[in-house]
Amino acid sequence: MTRRKPIATGSDWNFEILSEFEREIARLADEYRLDTYPNQIEVITTEQMMDAYASVGMPVGYHHWSFGKQFLAVEQAYRRGQMGLAYELVINSDPCIAYLMEENTLMMQVLVMAHACYGHNSFFKGNYLFRTWTDAGSIVDYLMFARKYVAECEERHGVAAVEQLLDACHALQNYGVDRYKRPSPISAAEEARRQKEREAYLQAQVNTLWRTIPGRVSEDVLAGEDDEEDPLGLHAGGRYPAEPQENLLYFIEKNAPLLAPWQREIVRIVRKLAQYFYPQRQTQVMNEGWATFWHYTLMNRLYAEGLVDEGLMLEFLQSHTAVVNQPAFDTPWYSGINPYALGFAIFSDLRRLCESPTEEDRQWFPDSAGSDWRETLEFAMKNFKDESFIQQFLSPKVIRDLKLFMVVDDDQDDMLEVGAIHDERGYRRVREALAAQYALSLREPNIQIYKADIRGDRSLTLRHIQDSRRPLARSVYPVIRHLHQLWGFPVVLESVENDEVVRRYQWPLPDEAARA
Amino acid sequence: MTYFIDRRANAKHKSAVNRQRFLDRYRTHIKRSVEEAVNRRSITDMERGEKVSIPSRDISEPVFQHGSGGKRSIVAPGNREFTEGDRLRRPPGGEGGGAGEGAASDQGEGMDEFAFTLSREEFLDFVFDGLELPHLERKSLADLDEVKPVRAGLSKEGVPARINIVRSMREAHARRIAMRAPIRRALREAREALALEESKDPVLRNPARITELKAEIERLERRLEAVPFIDTFDLRYNNLVNQPMPSSKAVMFCIMDVSGSMTQAHKDIAKRFFLLLYLFLERSYEKVELVFVRHHTAAKEVDEEEFFYSRETGGTIVSSALTMVDEIIARRYPPGQWNLYVAQASDGDNWDDDSVTCRDLLLKSLMPRLQYYTYVEITPHAHQALWEEYETVAAEFPSRFAMRQIVEAGDIYPVFRELFKRRAAGG
Repeated sequence: MTRRKPIATGSDWNFEILSEFEREIARLADEYRLDTYPNQIEVITTEQMMDAYASVGMPVGYHHWSFGKQFLAVEQAYRRGQMGLAYELVINSDPCIAYLMEENTLMMQVLVMAHACYGHNSFFKGNYLFRTWTDAGSIVDYLMFARKYVAECEERHGVAAVEQLLDACHALQNYGVDRYKRPSPISAAEEARRQKEREAYLQAQVNTLWRTIPGRVSEDVLAGEDDEEDPLGLHAGGRYPAEPQENLLYFIEKNAPLLAPWQREIVRIVRKLAQYFYPQRQTQVMNEGWATFWHYTLMNRLYAEGLVDEGLMLEFLQSHTAVVNQPAFDTPWYSGINPYALGFAIFSDLRRLCESPTEEDRQWFPDSAGSDWRETLEFAMKNFKDESFIQQFLSPKVIRDLKLFMVVDDDQDDMLEVGAIHDERGYRRVREALAAQYALSLREPNIQIYKADIRGDRSLTLRHIQDSRRPLARSVYPVIRHLHQLWGFPVVLESVENDEVVRRYQWPLPDEAARA
Repeated sequence: MTYFIDRRANAKHKSAVNRQRFLDRYRTHIKRSVEEAVNRRSITDMERGEKVSIPSRDISEPVFQHGSGGKRSIVAPGNREFTEGDRLRRPPGGEGGGAGEGAASDQGEGMDEFAFTLSREEFLDFVFDGLELPHLERKSLADLDEVKPVRAGLSKEGVPARINIVRSMREAHARRIAMRAPIRRALREAREALALEESKDPVLRNPARITELKAEIERLERRLEAVPFIDTFDLRYNNLVNQPMPSSKAVMFCIMDVSGSMTQAHKDIAKRFFLLLYLFLERSYEKVELVFVRHHTAAKEVDEEEFFYSRETGGTIVSSALTMVDEIIARRYPPGQWNLYVAQASDGDNWDDDSVTCRDLLLKSLMPRLQYYTYVEITPHAHQALWEEYETVAAEFPSRFAMRQIVEAGDIYPVFRELFKRRAAGG
């Protein structure tokens, strides 16, 4: 390979140098067949970076105090030097927006371009969750719509009323995802037009559901019922909703009896944004691992071609090593498994076992071992989420390298027990446990709408399907209080394990209800 | 396809609204911190922001989470000595050790407080939140000696420094057009006549007419050139007129008793009180001057350092200080131009007969000219003659004379707040 002159040396950069690097990275990425959205690279100041952090990666967001809290936290951490801002911020949109901070050295800018503009970008475009759940083309428009709509509501109904509502919605936003239907892409203008129609239509629908005089009870219900307490069958007609609903915000939006149309719209906005972030919550390890794998590969290629000098490369290696560092569990700076480290280790190992498989690899990965690494990685990136990705691709070698082990924590046992370690007997169990650790369904309590008593006291009953006796944290009360604000009538939450109600939470609290 | 966009010049503080919303929401928490800070801080230390902590549970955004308990398995890295089936003691503090998973339980340790820093402006906003200066209403314009030059159109006369170049050039241009037009017209006519004459058959030409026309053209061209490019007549000046304006200047007199009975602790309390008042005035007026008058049996105007730190002994004659303030006002701070504030701190001791003098001085001479007079008495003991005499002054000027007692440093801020509490309109 012909070695060329480095594009630039030292740590200073300017726009010409950046675009020249960008062209080279693009050329190499193309060689690896990385499919990306167009890039929009924005150079910003530290302060703007903190702003961007505070709005949790949304380029435009509605106003809410929680973003202010986030900003203050970021600012404080940054000032104390606890946190480097530099690494990256990239937005899943088309074009893909990535931020470069002006204070960064040339090496950091090149690294961030490789990491964000080609790593994350191609992940956003390729991974099935992102393809299903998010619409990169319309997100910025939708955010603009949301911001404008919330601001209008604040003008019409007061900041306090909107804030209260947003608080309640935020508490439930992790339960605002519709897992079975793919949302259809719409633009902001279209959204604004539809919103008007929806307002009228929704209200009409809710009114039907809650009208005071019930319609004629259908014949077959009457025939089938023979209840002493309810001889006329007024309470018959089955449970509503017929099936448990996992999308709490959707259910609220469509069914809460007392919400005004604008309030339903705001519930919808929070729900839509939650849906936009839903894939990110499920692909952290993969996403970061993929981006890290590519910045590492691309930087090494740049060096191999002589486009960067040794100085820059050393600086890069130091930074890269820090990023993929995984402290052991018993060190003071251990704070869980580092997704960069785990993801990078799995992707790198996947490449290794394609290129030079060992006997063990052939046994564990008969399909992948010895295959074309580029295609295998592409396949892994496109078709998995963290949970299934780990289950599928965590190899014994990575388990050994990271010295992973599994501990069983059972509150009926006063000791912890080591369940499996990195040995022949343990690989599969460690892998399963780690995959489960990333399963959203296990990480977050499984809570669904069970029953809305539309013919009785209008109370709403939710069910928490409890698993392995793991109870809900105390935050359950403030959350159901928020839910009660949205629903407007009593809210009950039952924890169910093995078809048996083990705990009941309710709001308003029983004694308050008695007093009222 | 890649675009680079330089956004560095874009507006900063995109989060300013959100930040403000946060501060508003936790107003009561922040106020408590600020109050503590005011009482704790050293005196010169008001000019910076403040770190504020709010208990995390008060600002948490609740979501459904798993609590501790039940059975679960945790995968952690870095195993060195364990083998399968090892049994370990549960690490103290419930979670920790291998249990790195649940983010909430993890961060719960050591992060009980949400800490952030208020900027200086925000800090002072909270310090003076809900307070207002009494009698801040503008003095009636007729009383004001102070004027401000304001632009008032253009004039034909003025000093060169105020020439309005654009307007002057425009006038010159207009004048040139106006003056040249008739000359040009005549010139054009003469040229046409000449051309007509010259196009005639040589036999029919009138040589005398040609010479005449040529002379005419030459004369007109000279005239055209003689039109001046700019003339004094064209010049326009920015006109300024003097407009009376409400005073934005304030002077604050700090009067302190430095007799033997005032200890350093007393002085510190007084100093904090003065400082608060100074900061408060500074927010309302563009310019605030400080005059320090200290007294025992005789009054003296001193600088800040001497005011607070040098020690004196002796008896106390309060009226000496009041007389001095009266003189200083007459000499240096005409009430038409200055908003006058007096803050007096004392332990309440005074020469017996002098308190009456003080009262008369205040009632007759000082109070009519002052915006506000505050008196703080720093003493745990019973009031003496001075307090009683001052009470009559307070009765006479209820809205402009305020007096309070301070026993210990913790009282300063509450007393200050009480003195300057925003009153309902008309009160």
